[in-house]
Amino acid sequence: MAAMQRAPNAPSRVGRISTLTLGYLFLYIPILTLVVFSFNDSSMMTSWTGFSLRWYVALMNDQALLRAASLSLQVAFMTATAAAALGTWAGYIVARKPMFKGFGLYVGLLTAPLVIPEVVLGISLLLLFVEMGSVFGWPGERGLLTIWVGHTTLCLAFVTIIVQSRIRDLDRAYEEAALDLGAKPLHVFFTITLPLIAPAIISGWLLAFTLSLDDVVIASFLSGPGSTLLSPEIFSRVRLGLKPEVNALATIFVVIVGVFVVVVNRLQRKQETMGP
Amino acid sequence: MSDALGSLTSFGADADDCLRMVDLTKIYGDTVAVQSVNLSIKRGEIFALLGSSGCGKSTLLRMLAGFETVTSGQIFLEGEDITQLPPYKRPINMMFQSYALFPHMTVEANVAFGLKQEGVVQPEIHERVFEALELVQMSPYARRKPHQLSGGQQQRVALARSLVKRPKLLLLDEPMSALDKQIRRNTQIELVRIIEQLGVTCFMVTHDQEEAMTMANRLGVMTEGQIKQVGTPQDVYAFPNSRFVAGFIGSTNLFSGTITIDESDHIVIESDALTRPLFVSHGVSEPLGMEISVSLRPERLQVLRHQPDGDFNWAHGMVSHMAWMGSYALYQIRLDSGKTVEASVPSLLLTQAEPPGIDDEVYVSWHHEAVTVLTS
Amino acid sequence: MIGSFFSRLKQSGFWVIAPPYAWLVLFLLVPFLLVLKISVADLNFGIPPYTSLVDLSDNVLTFTVHLRGYALLFSDSLYLMTYLSSIKMAAITTVCCILIGYPMAYYIARTEGSLRHLLLLAVILPFWTSLLLRVYAWVGILRNDGLLNNFLIWMGLIDTPLEIYRTDLAVYIGLVYAYLPFFILPLYANLVKLDARLLDAAYDLGASPVRAFLAVTLPLSLPGVVAGAMLVFIPTVGEYVIPEMLGGADTLMMGRVMWSEFFTNADWPMASAVTVIMVLILLVPLVVLQMNQKRSFLSETKGGQ
Repeated sequence: MAAMQRAPNAPSRVGRISTLTLGYLFLYIPILTLVVFSFNDSSMMTSWTGFSLRWYVALMNDQALLRAASLSLQVAFMTATAAAALGTWAGYIVARKPMFKGFGLYVGLLTAPLVIPEVVLGISLLLLFVEMGSVFGWPGERGLLTIWVGHTTLCLAFVTIIVQSRIRDLDRAYEEAALDLGAKPLHVFFTITLPLIAPAIISGWLLAFTLSLDDVVIASFLSGPGSTLLSPEIFSRVRLGLKPEVNALATIFVVIVGVFVVVVNRLQRKQETMGP
Repeated sequence: MSDALGSLTSFGADADDCLRMVDLTKIYGDTVAVQSVNLSIKRGEIFALLGSSGCGKSTLLRMLAGFETVTSGQIFLEGEDITQLPPYKRPINMMFQSYALFPHMTVEANVAFGLKQEGVVQPEIHERVFEALELVQMSPYARRKPHQLSGGQQQRVALARSLVKRPKLLLLDEPMSALDKQIRRNTQIELVRIIEQLGVTCFMVTHDQEEAMTMANRLGVMTEGQIKQVGTPQDVYAFPNSRFVAGFIGSTNLFSGTITIDESDHIVIESDALTRPLFVSHGVSEPLGMEISVSLRPERLQVLRHQPDGDFNWAHGMVSHMAWMGSYALYQIRLDSGKTVEASVPSLLLTQAEPPGIDDEVYVSWHHEAVTVLTS
Repeated sequence: MIGSFFSRLKQSGFWVIAPPYAWLVLFLLVPFLLVLKISVADLNFGIPPYTSLVDLSDNVLTFTVHLRGYALLFSDSLYLMTYLSSIKMAAITTVCCILIGYPMAYYIARTEGSLRHLLLLAVILPFWTSLLLRVYAWVGILRNDGLLNNFLIWMGLIDTPLEIYRTDLAVYIGLVYAYLPFFILPLYANLVKLDARLLDAAYDLGASPVRAFLAVTLPLSLPGVVAGAMLVFIPTVGEYVIPEMLGGADTLMMGRVMWSEFFTNADWPMASAVTVIMVLILLVPLVVLQMNQKRSFLSETKGGQ
């Protein structure tokens, strides 16, 4: 038996290192292959023929893809903002308001998009818009607006969970102290609660942004003529085979997301030092 | 005596009253947290509500602040019914147990917050904020954030924040609980000094009886939603009205016995725990033959080596334990009847003669005025 | 009268609760009710491409409920097999996620200090990167001429390429890959709240590490495991993108069926019927998840007070 000085209840080092290494390899190897082969001269992943930036160049010249990317970014931005606002609102209610009639249904509806398969959400929203169109005459046709509604509904659930958890950890005393000092409830929310939960809201915003950008199913169901988004575009292309420009796109993605996540994490850690 | 004092829990309206609670009750589902509390606090008074956790004192405090709705009853502040008013409309300010200083604001901004809500203009805000900070000696720290301050410093800022609006009533929620024991005593005295300097009426809740006795003009003892006794610290300590209060405030020796002689100016009680009867130098309303409880404070018991004179108010036993507490010695003496009593003897007395040690035979004796009859 | 009605509304906090609630009802509840309604409609030409439930003509009010869709669902064995296949694949995926994810979550939760934050970040980071692109990466790895086969051939371990791409196996790899973080995160949140002193007490009483794990850690982590498992199982049943990209023509999954009913066949009533049945199937795990969440929510708030 190895004469290692360690506490009896510390998990075994061998087990820990091997499990974590394998696990993280599994998670990261695909991403690494994308990045590496985005610089490959050959379009096949069979061999490395040389370092090249040609796929990045091809990406820059791909009008359809760039247009789809621009639309996606717009929709993602609007979605993230709407989801952050509604999600914060809903999260506040779940965390602070006591049980009211219909609370069960409320929570159920809030958490449903988290688990229900996206195709269900896609189909039901499409049916809603079609029915609304035939009864009210609006929306006339589907497009960015309808996609935005779909994405917001999906992402709302994620933001709510994040914000709600943060608010529950927030000491009620802060809000009560503000009330005690004469501030009305709405004012308390904006001057005290909001600043203290800001990092959680930002996390939620970023998550919603990512989810919207990444979505294939809902964007496909709810899109109309001329409103093809990035992920559906990528999806329809890769169904037919490998496309190295996609590798280039993926690499850019990974870098941007990596930076964002680190930034958000720094913000969260700084918040922790200020106290709950 | 205890009956007369019992009626000191004031009921009627008084021009001097700052705060008056009438039949204040709070019920959660099946639990009665606060049961029909009637209490008046005079203007400029510091009142402490003393009780262990779960007795309802925090609930009562929160009802006064406006954070809990009142199930029934009323709260009057200087004659005005504030029962239905939300917290931000009450001229009451509270210092929270955790201080609740806003972490994202500086000390100055924290103290200024309440004034901003009132619509006070800038030059006056600045003036009053620094006036308050001066009072608590925290002016140099105006630009700091709460997490950069120590516990004691945070408390001062919290105090300044709750006083700057010149409230009619100041509420304190366990003010010393977050501080280290060493600095508590000095902080208590300083807190009282500041409050009395401003003449603010103050209502505090605490579970620490030393805190209540040190800081309050009057105190009340609460348990299970009811206030059992109200009075000055000296009165409540010396004349507890019940077994509960007697045991809660300070330590005591409790005896139960039967009244064997009942006269208008004295009674005699026979108890199984004592070989000699107790003589009490006043009459009581309880009749002959009635079971009754008495309380004897440890510091009123004399520990003697020789049998005292008289037939009453002494007992014989053996020292089972002795603890040297610095300024006094705490004796545990097993009486002949088997009951153990506590006696505390000042060190001064012990230096004058050879003090009794463990297993020594001793006599405990007390003056007839030291016996407190308990009504419940 | 009206004034007091509004002031009572205001006091109950109605206006605070209403707006998000209204959004949810309008864009989640109502659509699903619509799906129910259309699942009992029939194909129609024109817009909308389904018949109406209620018809009023010649002073006759008719309710027409077409059961064609449901009849087809129950009679055509293909649908039945697809449902079963979806559940099977979701179940196997969930088990794999537990087997891989539990040790990972456990070791991360037991790591000290800033390294733990780093490890957690490393689990979350892929989650934020586009899922689509990461699944696409697997295509490149698993193809007959892809990385994995090239590597194995180069190592001399095999002679001919392994046929993984466009089979069920590829779908499993893709599903586990995609949903692993969904399992690790809730379990981690549960494990990290575990009081290490409970384990100390167990050791103190003479338990071996294995026994302590089985008797203390495992039972206490069960809510986390259930939460994570449901978070993997339920969405996987209806997955579309991953089976479509990695699976073969015979990989039967509900998500693909719904998509094709809708886009390829343009049979909206059929697609609706399929959806309704799928949601009904998912009701059981959904309820399990809700109860699990409620239980942990209640215990957390009690502990907080």
